[in-house]
Amino acid sequence: MWTRILALIVKEFLALLKDPRSRSVLVVPPLIQLIVFGYAASFELKEIPFAVYNQDRGAISRDFEATFVGAPAFRRVATITDDSQIAPLIDSRQAMLVVRIGQRFSADLLSGDSAPVQLIVDGRNSNTAMIATNYVNSIVNRFNEDWIEARGQPEMPARLEVRAWFNPNLDSHWYFIPGIIGMLALVTTIMVTAMTVAREREQGTFDQLLVTPLRPGEILLGKALPGFLIGMVQGTVILLITVLWFEVPLRGSLTALYAGLALFLLSGVGVGLLISSLAVTQQQGLLGAFMFMVPAITLSGFATPIANMPEFVQAVTLIDPLRYFLIILRKVFLEGAGFDVLTAQLWPMALIGTCSLALASWLFRHRMY
Amino acid sequence: MKRLRDWLRRPRVMRVSALVRKEFLQIVRDPSSIAIAFLMPLFLLLLFGYGVSLDADHVPVAFVAEQPGADTEDFRSSLAGSHYFALKTLPTMPEAEQALRRGKVNAIVRLRANFGEELRRSDGAPIQLIVNGVDANTARLNQGYVEGAWGNWLMRRAASLGVDMKVPVQLEQRIWFNSELKSRNFLVPGLVAIIMTLIGALLTALVMAREWERGTLEALLVTPVSMSEILLGKIVAYFTLGTGGMLLTVALAVWLFEVPLRGSFWLLWTCASLFLLAALGMGLTISTVSRSQFVAGQIAIIGTFLPAFLLSGFIFDIDSMPAPIQAVTHLVVARYFVSIVQTLFLAGDVWAVVLPNALALVLMAVIFLGITWRKSKKRLE
Repeated sequence: MWTRILALIVKEFLALLKDPRSRSVLVVPPLIQLIVFGYAASFELKEIPFAVYNQDRGAISRDFEATFVGAPAFRRVATITDDSQIAPLIDSRQAMLVVRIGQRFSADLLSGDSAPVQLIVDGRNSNTAMIATNYVNSIVNRFNEDWIEARGQPEMPARLEVRAWFNPNLDSHWYFIPGIIGMLALVTTIMVTAMTVAREREQGTFDQLLVTPLRPGEILLGKALPGFLIGMVQGTVILLITVLWFEVPLRGSLTALYAGLALFLLSGVGVGLLISSLAVTQQQGLLGAFMFMVPAITLSGFATPIANMPEFVQAVTLIDPLRYFLIILRKVFLEGAGFDVLTAQLWPMALIGTCSLALASWLFRHRMY
Repeated sequence: MKRLRDWLRRPRVMRVSALVRKEFLQIVRDPSSIAIAFLMPLFLLLLFGYGVSLDADHVPVAFVAEQPGADTEDFRSSLAGSHYFALKTLPTMPEAEQALRRGKVNAIVRLRANFGEELRRSDGAPIQLIVNGVDANTARLNQGYVEGAWGNWLMRRAASLGVDMKVPVQLEQRIWFNSELKSRNFLVPGLVAIIMTLIGALLTALVMAREWERGTLEALLVTPVSMSEILLGKIVAYFTLGTGGMLLTVALAVWLFEVPLRGSFWLLWTCASLFLLAALGMGLTISTVSRSQFVAGQIAIIGTFLPAFLLSGFIFDIDSMPAPIQAVTHLVVARYFVSIVQTLFLAGDVWAVVLPNALALVLMAVIFLGITWRKSKKRLE
């Protein structure tokens, strides 16, 4: 039995690796993607383009202006002298925000009153807008504290001390890069497996395979293992790059991480083969892979937190294997988790994997054309 | 009328229309193409429109007062009053830390035992806020919310004590185009671009490769039709399908999700058509170059969907990426279209944004269709 399966595995590997184009598609793009996406995926803003409209000629307003110009997150693109200049700058996206300092700014501050400062933000991308306003808020808060201290006014009765666990500098790359590992592993395994059976069906070789002494379970194993092994090798390479190149701290247990990777690949291969056994043509296989992958990535919590989704969508995410693997990746990498915390994430993936594989192997025999 | 009939009878036109008919029959008879053109947009829009959101609400926060009293209760109520938080009062710090580690809460607010006394001293009482920094963006937003609640509490407290506490610089925010900062309003227009990338590039990535793989292209080549007519037939068929998908997504965005369409619909249609041409060109290029459906499928996912998702400005801000990566984004067709749709939907007809991006789309369409045309020619020799 094992020689038969081995022969099938060798054949599958040959089919994948013989063609130089399909070979290079498996190796090079995931690495390029990890590097490109690793740098691209971040919610930190740099060089926010802004403009200042200072209607006040006093020295204090110029000091206030200088706090923005000096901040590394901001880049001044224009100085405005009239109201009518604001709209074109924002509309054309030349400036993301405009800070407008009123005429009485210095006078109000010196007399101990509140001095209003208007902030106009481009809300087309609401998330960026919110992050940028947060940056401005913290600059204004610091200016206020300095002002109060310099003037000897009574201090605030309570102050906020903020600490961030696991990621003290709140670097969002540390959040996204482990996520990219999961995403790329999903893409590779689904792509390798989703088209295999469909290709054999389209070319008519699947019928030949079915009349050989191989049992459906053995065919399944022969089809599943190459995707699994390729996923393992690719996952290891990507893990190394994450740790050595991006320097994301790997604090938890490596065994737990690999257990997670193995079970995740199992579920990915299972879903891929299920799609493949349902598809009659390669096009259907590819489109099926897409129909699964796109929601699987969007609902996994990769870019937007699952906690922000409505209840019924959160329930749907429970059948998404990537959801569990992302939790494992982030917990192991950043929170230093071990097996004890992760069992709740491991068994659902095992369940998804076995169910989909069982269904796929049943379909091998029962979906004939 | 007669001239039109004559034109339709011209051999070239008849050949192309026969090819278009053939493509349509292939599309209609394989349900998966229809699914990706019409079901996928519906599904994705519902998913993104209802499912995905960057707006946090009811964030679980642990509240630890080491010595509960009137002052700590006062601060607690200011946090509990905000709908951003779902406050869990825990008696001790170790319990709260345990909850943070388990992921039961996202942050801890801690008031030390002598909070009440320190409040009345001059140097101020510390309020400790610990956030789970793994998701840095959420952590920062949570921190912002707590700061807001803290500021409100300070003002209220000062007012109740009769102290005239004035904030020196008071910020007044005006958010243009999306005053409530609804993330749906920017995700849904961006999604129009993602969906059209899928329809345009993914479907066409396979069509030429399929003909090569099945040997039907050779069969076509011995007929009087030329290569450019074959390509034209495919472009017309899939352009129509893509336009259908585009109209569906725009209609859903406007009527179901109530995203305001402030710009002109016809301008949107024009830009979408340009984008569709560029996406089709990309798909056909992939298809012609790879010749095998497996490789074409791989390249389509790697080269179209993932970049459209991550490098187009749909979620991540392009200006904040490192310079080499920003250079790479110029190769992503979706990037230009995302910028156009976000502006046309939320801001209106801003020519300063639309024009350069539309020109880039024209350029991309010409380049990709040109490559396809040249590569297909060569293969004939």
